[in-house]
Amino acid sequence: MTRHEVYITPNEVRIDGKVLNHNENGAAMLTELYRAHVGDYPKFFKMDTLSKLGFVASELLLQAEGAERFVPREDRAVVFFNRSASLQADTAYQATIQDPENFFPSPAAFVYTLPNIVTGEIAIRNKYYGETSFIVLPENDSQIMARELQNAFLDPMTTSVLGGWLDCTDENHFEAKLYLIYKS
Amino acid sequence: MGGKRMIVRAAHNIISPLGMTTAENYAAVKEGRSMLKRYEGLWRLPEPFTASLMDREKVEEAFAPLANGAKYTFFEKMIILSASRAIAEAKIDAASDRVLFILSTTKGNVFLLDKNETGFPKERVLLGYAAKQMTDFFHNPNTAIVVSNACISGVCAQIQAMRELESGRFDYVVTVGADVQSAFIVSGFQSFKALSVDPCRPFDANRTGLNLGDAAATIIYTRKDKVTENDWVACRGAIRNDANHISGPSRTGEGSYRALKVALGEVSPDKIAFINTHGTATLYNDEMESFAIERAGLSKVPVNGLKGYYGHTMGAAGIMETILSMQAIDDHNILATRGYETMGVTHPLVLSNQNQPTEKRAFIKLLSGFGGCNAALLFAKGGEA
Repeated sequence: MTRHEVYITPNEVRIDGKVLNHNENGAAMLTELYRAHVGDYPKFFKMDTLSKLGFVASELLLQAEGAERFVPREDRAVVFFNRSASLQADTAYQATIQDPENFFPSPAAFVYTLPNIVTGEIAIRNKYYGETSFIVLPENDSQIMARELQNAFLDPMTTSVLGGWLDCTDENHFEAKLYLIYKS
Repeated sequence: MGGKRMIVRAAHNIISPLGMTTAENYAAVKEGRSMLKRYEGLWRLPEPFTASLMDREKVEEAFAPLANGAKYTFFEKMIILSASRAIAEAKIDAASDRVLFILSTTKGNVFLLDKNETGFPKERVLLGYAAKQMTDFFHNPNTAIVVSNACISGVCAQIQAMRELESGRFDYVVTVGADVQSAFIVSGFQSFKALSVDPCRPFDANRTGLNLGDAAATIIYTRKDKVTENDWVACRGAIRNDANHISGPSRTGEGSYRALKVALGEVSPDKIAFINTHGTATLYNDEMESFAIERAGLSKVPVNGLKGYYGHTMGAAGIMETILSMQAIDDHNILATRGYETMGVTHPLVLSNQNQPTEKRAFIKLLSGFGGCNAALLFAKGGEA
């Protein structure tokens, strides 16, 4: 099967190598992409930037794949890698507890202080009951990622993986390179 | 699994408030001890909380002989200490490129985000850099894999270890799980109203939430052609998503049920001594697990939960609770569920607050977590159950 790939940085979007036009940059661009290419999932606006990035990238990827959407399935895994885990959400949450005189921890902010939340967001959107996993590495390392993605097929039910690099340090610094790979 | 190479435990260690070795921890749990205590004003938190926290001086003391001139955080000392004890037991060369380290953690050095913490470079808050402190300590050349899948990380890390060994690239995988508590984590769970102010009561009718805890635990796995009857074998595991909600479990236990089904495979439930549950003592988690266990046809299998001894130790939980379950079966024992009194879930489970005898040789470790993730892993002493 054709391998599909989506690449997103704060000022560039490519689907299978082809540039996708946009006017905004950074997190505003993710919202622009959501409005232009998705539009029917208001939960998007509650997400942190890492989840927005993963959500938009996975939507564009699945649109490129062109298979029937939203059919419950257990044979597709979601496996992401990054360097910063949930650093943006962590920093935002820390700000709410830094000052004992102005202490306002919020559950809505705390829940995103786990990198794997984005894998859950994608599973919910697509009714994926299969494996979801998040792996943190010191740097983007394509050899290790290839090894781990191949390992994902050792699950007895997994036949395809939506996976790749998904890193975000703040609203203006992020990178997604997601692809679909199929069991050979 | 006839003829297939099996994934076998080579060594293990637990560092927790109940002890610095697996033996100390198992003995304490068997006696029903816990270090869950109420803390008021700790870390300048406005609300009191109950947690199982390490005596940090004890960790410093135990770490002193390992000191190499480098400066480590408390979290890094915990993982290096636990790994070093398991490595010594396994008698392996941790510097070999045939050895891989996997770290299971949710928040690592997150306390470094606090503006008042200035003693360490900022990059150490990154989990991959914290893990690198450990591989550098042991002069291991491979990049450590950090599994950060919320509360199921400890089982995910073990499934990952099995896969790395099955693919033949490594001879040993040092699987370390750890988290240490801080204002960040405690206040977050408090904001969720997930914490119990008293020691937690898994599956009990009067349960009001979870407690948090510090721990580090290590299992070293290897591959073997022939297993002996005393070898602990990691048979089969699965990670499954609820596809339902990011911060609440599926009412129908969708992901846990599916993970249990894969882990059990063709094995008859009669062969299973017990299911060691996540059992956090939150209303929704325990209810969800009871439904998942029933749906998987396992409601006659005894279950237990160990959070009443340790609280929820997050990244350590899956590995620590696996080791304690192995020790329990070695001791022909099903560990008591501390804090449990009256059945408080709608799908009744076989559960006791007393230790119970067993002669069976297999168990399932079950976990679930934020992000809708769930994991189950079947273990059998001497081979396939």
